[in-house]
Amino acid sequence: MKRPPKETQQSARSIGRRSLVIGASQLAMVGVLGWRMRSMQVDEGDIYRSLAEENRINMRLIAPARGLVFDRNGVPLAVNEQNYRVIITREDAGDVDDTLDRLARLINLSPEEVESAKAEMARRPAFVPVTVAERVPWDDVAKVTVNAPALPGITAEVGLSRHYPRGSDTAHVVGYVGPVSDYDLSKIEDPDPLLQIPRFQIGKTGVEAKYEDVLRGSAGTKRIEVNAAGRVMREIDREEGKSGADIQLAIDSRLQSYAEARLEGESASVVVMDLESGDLRAVASAPTFDPNLFVRGISGPDWRALNENKYRPLSAKTVQGAYPPGSTFKMVVAMAALESGLVGPEDTEYCPGYTEVGGTRFHCWKRGGHGNVNMHRSLQESCDVYYYEVSQKIGIDRIAEMARRLGVGVEHDVPMSAVSMGVAPDTQWKRDRYGEAWRIGDTVNASIGQGYVLATPLQLAVMSARLATGRDVRPRLVHSVGGVIQPSGAGEPMGLNENFLRRVRAAMFDVSNAQRGTGFGARIVAEGMQMAGKSGTSQVRRITAEERARGVTSNADLPWERRDHALWVNFAPYDNPRFAVSVVVEHGGGGSSVAAPIARDVTLQALYDGPPPLEAYPSNLRDAIAEQQKRIENHVARGMTASDRA
Amino acid sequence: MSYLETNAKFVPTGFRKLLYLNWPVILLLAAVSSFGFLMLYSVAGGSATPWMEPQVKRFGVGMVAMLVVAMVPIWFWRNMALIAYGGSLALLVAVDMFGEVGMGAQRWIDLGPIRLQPSELMKISLVMFLAAYYDWLPLRRTSHPFWVLLPVVFISIPTLLTLAQPDLGTALLLLIGGATVMFAAGVHWAYFATVIAAGVGTIYAVFASRGTTWQLLKDYQYRRIDTFLDPSNDPLGAGYHITQAKIALGSGGWTGRGFMQGTQSRLNFLPEKHTDFIFTTLAEEFGFVGASTLLALYALIIFFCLVSAVNNRDRFASLVTIGIAMTFFLFFAVNMSMVMGLAPVVGVPLPLVSYGGSAMLVLLLAFGLVQSAHVHKPR
Repeated sequence: MKRPPKETQQSARSIGRRSLVIGASQLAMVGVLGWRMRSMQVDEGDIYRSLAEENRINMRLIAPARGLVFDRNGVPLAVNEQNYRVIITREDAGDVDDTLDRLARLINLSPEEVESAKAEMARRPAFVPVTVAERVPWDDVAKVTVNAPALPGITAEVGLSRHYPRGSDTAHVVGYVGPVSDYDLSKIEDPDPLLQIPRFQIGKTGVEAKYEDVLRGSAGTKRIEVNAAGRVMREIDREEGKSGADIQLAIDSRLQSYAEARLEGESASVVVMDLESGDLRAVASAPTFDPNLFVRGISGPDWRALNENKYRPLSAKTVQGAYPPGSTFKMVVAMAALESGLVGPEDTEYCPGYTEVGGTRFHCWKRGGHGNVNMHRSLQESCDVYYYEVSQKIGIDRIAEMARRLGVGVEHDVPMSAVSMGVAPDTQWKRDRYGEAWRIGDTVNASIGQGYVLATPLQLAVMSARLATGRDVRPRLVHSVGGVIQPSGAGEPMGLNENFLRRVRAAMFDVSNAQRGTGFGARIVAEGMQMAGKSGTSQVRRITAEERARGVTSNADLPWERRDHALWVNFAPYDNPRFAVSVVVEHGGGGSSVAAPIARDVTLQALYDGPPPLEAYPSNLRDAIAEQQKRIENHVARGMTASDRA
Repeated sequence: MSYLETNAKFVPTGFRKLLYLNWPVILLLAAVSSFGFLMLYSVAGGSATPWMEPQVKRFGVGMVAMLVVAMVPIWFWRNMALIAYGGSLALLVAVDMFGEVGMGAQRWIDLGPIRLQPSELMKISLVMFLAAYYDWLPLRRTSHPFWVLLPVVFISIPTLLTLAQPDLGTALLLLIGGATVMFAAGVHWAYFATVIAAGVGTIYAVFASRGTTWQLLKDYQYRRIDTFLDPSNDPLGAGYHITQAKIALGSGGWTGRGFMQGTQSRLNFLPEKHTDFIFTTLAEEFGFVGASTLLALYALIIFFCLVSAVNNRDRFASLVTIGIAMTFFLFFAVNMSMVMGLAPVVGVPLPLVSYGGSAMLVLLLAFGLVQSAHVHKPR
């Protein structure tokens, strides 16, 4: 349509005016945009800049190297071992199945390892490296490295893992580490962020657990740049953490290994204590287990085998086992009696072989009786009736107090797991525990270390040490932490009458060295090395009348679980005591026949700081001992190579 | 026969037309596109693939197409307006029925080698058609209610169709682009005032009624509106993108972090960093200086277009230029407002900079019309 020039002009004018409005509003909008840009980029730029930094910079923790554990001579008991693992990164691997096939042809890979690696890769983003195999031998690492071009995405990596070179010999003392469990986390109020690291391991038992804070060290950090998907782009800087402090134990690993080997085949424990410092030279419990199994993650069958074993290999019987101390408790009663002033050292009791208390007949182990018995003879020949009578004169509370002073029924501060307190019962205890009044029969039972009395092997060793020194010797398991020597356990004089102590020690000497002493068969004959000891045989359960009728008269006729515990305590040398030793053989039978020889052998090893000369033994035993020493040496050597190989 | 055709003998012909092209606009378009190439190279981590290279090729094709369109007399395009509008509308309907679903919305139609976005095409077609309508309509009828209602229907149909896809950004562009042509054509301002007042009133009523007995929308609808208007209510969903975009933009500071040094885009914090959110990368790496330079370039393109429109005495040529300029303006204004947190995220690309073939081609064709209008005026 043709438009007249006038209309064209009118249109152009109108468009010009309206364009001005449009242009002006557009300009206003551009102004708003520019102003917004300025305020965001210039005025608030710093805020956004720091937000951007927070966005891309991520702190990652670096696990510190765990502190090492040594024995008193610097022999490593817990170390960090370098091991190699083979990892695969999916996004670099190309055809994952094909690559893993080639890897499996090259190194030893189980189908399970391959499957679990594939499963983990499927779960995680393509850039996350996944472990295919752990603890790969060096040969395989070399093969992987050499064949790298054929194995895209696969690399060998070095890591640290805990290793216990002495294996099972120190398992109960040193303990072991394992991955952090939810239960562990729930126990800690303010968990160390380190615990969140996947596969981070913490101490689960023993020194590893008790000194976890010291051994763990503190986390290092590295700052890394990540993208929105969490992928690491590069490392910006890192601050190394502080390695955990090393711990030196008072344990003498050679003696410890000897003790473990000597206990082989028994369900038993040995404690060797240094009287000068309270150092625990050996704390051995048999049977034992390989702590390295736990570090790797113990298999179901292995775990069941350990857990269901009736000899309880996982239990540290030295501190967890609480046994009726039997006759080894008689020194406590003797000291309580003498200290009470109610009984003199030479006062005698008549032993007809039994005594009647409240209508119940209590027997002496010697049916025929001992006749007139004073304190010395009562210990030497272990007369029960003497203690039945004496305990009634002094009362249970005096006995319990003396027990606690000598270290039975009290807590000892040793960094091991589930340390038992034992029981030194008194009237108050029974009221609290059972809500019943203490009866005289309880006192009679307690006087020979039966009834409610319970002591751990550690407590028995402490008792022996305190009797030998008159000081309140305290057990010391850790010699130094991070180079700082721990306070000595030598202790202060306890204020016990030295004359009484001397008499008790002399009686203990005769237990071991007099013809009629119960421990004469396990004596030491080397001059200046003789030991003073006391046997104990504690009943787990009385032989019932019915059983007696069936002809069950001796221990050997009973099932293992119901046989007597064999106990022994001693110190040596008698003249100048250096070590206190306790031995408990669960359901082992007689203390003097089963426990005493073990104690003798371990004591001699401690005294000679190695295998003792055969001359230290009575001549009739030397051939058998020589045989035994050879066997144990082989055993120790074999055990060590076995755990080193593992 | 319009004014121009009667004066056709004064219009440049043959190769002389090249001299009369709106060269400042061409240079500005090239400059803006170059910004785009640079950013696409950067967001790909310093690589021409996968984005910069195809974008450069498309720019080349688009420039040639623009020149071809520019060489064709403007009255030819005016005569094509109805066909263009009808065709685009048909494609839009087709897309609703057979279109492929991309990015959660039905937008594409697959024509063998080219994947076409009819809504893009509609942006020009609508402007062309409305300009032609007002060129045809006698001036005195411009504000007559019936002759106002008619273009409102022309605008509403494609707007509602794109809204149904749903493509809020394009619907908004069609609505405002069309309204701008009506406004420029001289429709009485009272109509606009009424519509704006009614719109504001409705919005006010919707919000004012919230929580009262006569509440106009359901509660969940209000919550959706809340999130749409202020994505920070939903920091892990819709809010995440906009928060990251603002961080990128703000952290650019005065001069930026340097080319290819932007951590937000480099480290993949930014969503759609090569398309709708490319401006944030630019602002992060070149700072306020770079971002405001781009804004100024855009503003200059609009300025030269408006100058060309005002100086053109042909009604269709002027209106089509103003309409296209407004559409172009809306592209970058909405996109920038969106990434700067001034407007909700509606999915509008940054014109000529964001990666995308359909949008770039259509925009350059539109500028072909602007050029044609500029060339074919009597000297």
